[in-house]
Amino acid sequence: MAFFLETLLGGLMAGMLYSLVALGFVLIFKASGVFNFAQGAMVLFAALAMARFAEWVPKWTGITNPMLANVAAFVLAGAVMFVVAWLIERMVLRQLVNQEGTTLLMATLGITYFLEGLGQGIFGSDIYKIDVGMPKDPIMAFESVFQGGILINKEDVIAAVIAASLVALLTLFFQKTSTGRALRAVADDHQAAQSIGIPLNRIWVIVWCVAGVVALVAGMIWGSKLGVQFSLATVALRALPVVILGGLTSVPGAIIGGLIIGVGEKLSEVYIGPFVGGGIEIWFAYVLALVFLLFRPQGLFGEKIIDRV
Amino acid sequence: MFYRENGQFKTTYRADQQIFPISQDRIVIGLILAFAFLVVPLLASDYLFRAILIPFLIFSLAAIGVNILVGYCGQISLGSGAFMAVGAYGAYNFFVRVPGMPLIPALILGGLCATAFGILFGLPSLRVKGLYLAVATLAAQFFADWMFLRVKWFTNDSPSGSVSVSNLQVFGLEIETPMSKYLLCLGLLVVIGLLAKNLVRSAIGREWMAIRDMDVAAAVIGIRPMYAKLSAFAVSSFIVGVAGALWGFIYLGAWEPAAFSVDQSFKMLFMVIIGGMGSIMGSFFGAAFIVVLPIVLNQMLPVIGSAVGLDISTAGISHAELMIFGALIVWFLIVEPHGLAKLWSIGKQKLRLWPFPH
Repeated sequence: MAFFLETLLGGLMAGMLYSLVALGFVLIFKASGVFNFAQGAMVLFAALAMARFAEWVPKWTGITNPMLANVAAFVLAGAVMFVVAWLIERMVLRQLVNQEGTTLLMATLGITYFLEGLGQGIFGSDIYKIDVGMPKDPIMAFESVFQGGILINKEDVIAAVIAASLVALLTLFFQKTSTGRALRAVADDHQAAQSIGIPLNRIWVIVWCVAGVVALVAGMIWGSKLGVQFSLATVALRALPVVILGGLTSVPGAIIGGLIIGVGEKLSEVYIGPFVGGGIEIWFAYVLALVFLLFRPQGLFGEKIIDRV
Repeated sequence: MFYRENGQFKTTYRADQQIFPISQDRIVIGLILAFAFLVVPLLASDYLFRAILIPFLIFSLAAIGVNILVGYCGQISLGSGAFMAVGAYGAYNFFVRVPGMPLIPALILGGLCATAFGILFGLPSLRVKGLYLAVATLAAQFFADWMFLRVKWFTNDSPSGSVSVSNLQVFGLEIETPMSKYLLCLGLLVVIGLLAKNLVRSAIGREWMAIRDMDVAAAVIGIRPMYAKLSAFAVSSFIVGVAGALWGFIYLGAWEPAAFSVDQSFKMLFMVIIGGMGSIMGSFFGAAFIVVLPIVLNQMLPVIGSAVGLDISTAGISHAELMIFGALIVWFLIVEPHGLAKLWSIGKQKLRLWPFPH
């Protein structure tokens, strides 16, 4: 029982991290109808920027306090992501207004290649560390309930808390600010939003910036867990089933989808994996998402797709 | 002046319904085929065969397959790499396990394995549409990656899933030299290409296009969505499977599951989009573009680098390659979202009126 709970909790924590990446997909799809395959490359790019700035800032400015250096690196990396978002809107999206979804999808794949090359070209292609001072030692919980207690990774808990607070912040931003209202209006109907004077281009820049910041946070957490390296870009492929399970247009869907996928992956790996040779995590997530899709083709929380002739 | 159909009167239904109704088209196709079968083997060097021509032929075949699914039936698939893998490993199993199995039946049986796999993973398309389907087809990709890495039976108990074939023969002829490999690929490509061209103008091809344009409307006028979609998956994955088997048998010779990774799927989709969706001709253009571009970049960048006095490291070159590749794709989508096939048809239209455009 304790082992089951431990696996379950591990799955929930992992799921929280998946939903962080999935959130980036959902934000951009909601506001611009672009399925942004480049989210993984953005995570890699942001994490590389963060890791390298954290190295470079003390050299340039002589700041020795690691906390301060990390904050400075975070701000600088955020600024870089802002520039990237602005350039993507300017050079790619604005040129491709009114194109089909497939074309836009392929364009973001092109952006993926570009960002992967650029990021590694500027920041280097070795394995880097991000050390934001997260405690690595595991703690034991519920020792009074179960014999031996449950092993929980402190780092995972902190990461989950950061992810949860980011989601809360985003929800506030979307629901309570006027910019957030404009974003929701654009998501509902581009033309109607434009006709009441909402500047579409600016909204898109803002959305890509927000997605960039989400990518930065995701990159920071994943990077401090796994190290910053090229394989970080494949995190996006792990997060895709989360997006379609939760629904492409739903922020809560991304969170709940992430939790379901995280738990499903871990439980399947532990309880089914040994019988079939292990390593089933990655396709199991997709198959799980597929099974859900068979019953709800628009994802758990997605808007109902209505076909009219 | 030369490309006009004036005066070509069709007096029989057969003449009206042939694949290339304009006589100039028939002549040009015949000339291209003669050139490819007779002249190229005499002129091309071994390097040209190995690095450009054979990959180009195999990927053209694969792109035709993907185009049938994505371009004609409108079902976006990111799992083409998996169909290639199933084709390659299926053919390998038949080739190794059945004593005396000839090469071409093995390739076709590999394609049939891919067909079964494609129909299985095409089933979600009956419920799921558009981008959701695109992501769902990734399931096929990761499942195949895992299957050939972990299930030892498929790879004849080799430890890391890497297999190799040797002693290839067709009708008693050794397939050893690059030229014979080229001719084998070309022969298969021509046969399957003509079949595909024929198929897309038949009743089933029109059903696919109706489903692509609007599936609800197509269902209303009596087209069975299940039959149309699954047949598109079946035909597409058969062709992609044969291409995968060729890729493994002829081009690589020895391969492991990573040879058919998700990157291959993306590349094939790029070929279809850049070449032109819903065009057999476009598949060739797209394959040529994607196969040749990395080679050109690889050769050109060090030269350009040294010309401007920059000494770029190997890693730097590979990063610059990625950047230029990505940027070119985006640029291409911006200037010609309908692909190279569109440019081709514009060119043909212009040629019709040339040199008197009024």
